[in-house]
Amino acid sequence: MSLQLDFPAVLERWPSFLAGAVLTLELAAFATVLGALLGTLAAVGRGTHNALIAGACKAYVETIRNTPLLVQIFLVYFGLASLGLKFSAFAVAVAALTINVGAYTAEIMRAGFEAIPRGQIEAAEGLALSRLQIYWHIILLPAVEKVYPALTSQFVLLMLASSVCSQISAEELTAVANYIQSDTYRAFETYIIVAVLYVILSLVMRAGFWGLGLVLFPRRRRLGTPL
Amino acid sequence: MGGHLNINHLMFLGQGALWTIGLSVIALIGGGIVGFIIALARISPLKSVRLASATYVQLVQGTPLLVILFLGYFGLAAIGLKVSPLTAASASLTLYVAAYLGEIWRGCIQSVPKPQWEAAEGLALSRTQRMIKVILPQAIRIATPPTVGFMVQIIKNTSLASVVGFVELMRSGQIVNNSLFEPFAIYAIIAVTYFAMCYPLSLFSQRLERRMGRGRSNLAPA
Repeated sequence: MSLQLDFPAVLERWPSFLAGAVLTLELAAFATVLGALLGTLAAVGRGTHNALIAGACKAYVETIRNTPLLVQIFLVYFGLASLGLKFSAFAVAVAALTINVGAYTAEIMRAGFEAIPRGQIEAAEGLALSRLQIYWHIILLPAVEKVYPALTSQFVLLMLASSVCSQISAEELTAVANYIQSDTYRAFETYIIVAVLYVILSLVMRAGFWGLGLVLFPRRRRLGTPL
Repeated sequence: MGGHLNINHLMFLGQGALWTIGLSVIALIGGGIVGFIIALARISPLKSVRLASATYVQLVQGTPLLVILFLGYFGLAAIGLKVSPLTAASASLTLYVAAYLGEIWRGCIQSVPKPQWEAAEGLALSRTQRMIKVILPQAIRIATPPTVGFMVQIIKNTSLASVVGFVELMRSGQIVNNSLFEPFAIYAIIAVTYFAMCYPLSLFSQRLERRMGRGRSNLAPA
């Protein structure tokens, strides 16, 4: 057994690694924004008095949370294909990741909604705020503020989970790594570099969300509540 | 197109499902042992131990399990260590699960009320005695619901072991699909099977959490 590591041979592919990292961030950004919307809608739906909508939202959340992402990606990939719809692998990856993170977001947002004191809503009704105003100012914004840390760590986990999309040959960091290692026969070095890149990406994302939190929630900053 | 789904295919999928459970148990036990050490190291009085374990957790939690699996399988093979898919998957999952369980359990140990630590110290118990006789029995109670919840994550994550060729439920589904080419039907069966394994655990975890909540509110001063 000989242990010979040759990092320069792999590192000279740095433009590909960089492009892969950017693609991963893009994939995560699309899925995060769309998933946050979908998840918030599902959380609102779960709280409605319409049993049918609430039941459908609950079924969605529980189904997604109790099946592996890999299976979900394959189901979306082959499901769309069997309907005769042709999409790029990247679009399928965005769709599958959105559906996935939407369910987790819904569960987190529901906790946030439940944490809003009933009296706040009654007070807003007393001040004659419209339903929409109440939803936006009294329920949604304070709820997001409360669950912001849980929400953002879920989004970082999503970025890491997007590596699974390499299995349907969507272009992202892990897919790039698979290609480079099969080209250079330097698997260990390649995956070490990719692992380091993922760690950097997750640190960058966390720092970004922290900064965003400072801007979005000045009240929280003034109170000194850690984000 | 190789005929229709028959009993043999289902038997094969069933065998895969058993391996999924087997791999989950291996990951839980391995990850639990290493994770327990990580949890204790994270609250060690030695700064270097705390720093080393925190670094480990940060590194693993910042890396996708898929990359860890590739590192364990292709990586070790490339530098001359021959590992079977089962060994690679077990080792990778153990390292991965340990980082998460370690963090969960550290939180549980630290959430044992401060007076309990002080009372144990006041009774002149040694650090080890305090941990074993006072803190851990209470921490285990707190840790049960999140640990059961995390078991769902472990089961789902074993599906990634299919990429290194370990024949668990996902991989056996892919193999059956290669001969039948009915992807939607087969992956739907796979999804239902995973759901049947995970959902009871999710429900159990939620029930434990609610029961804990009641227990705690009873303890609150009137």
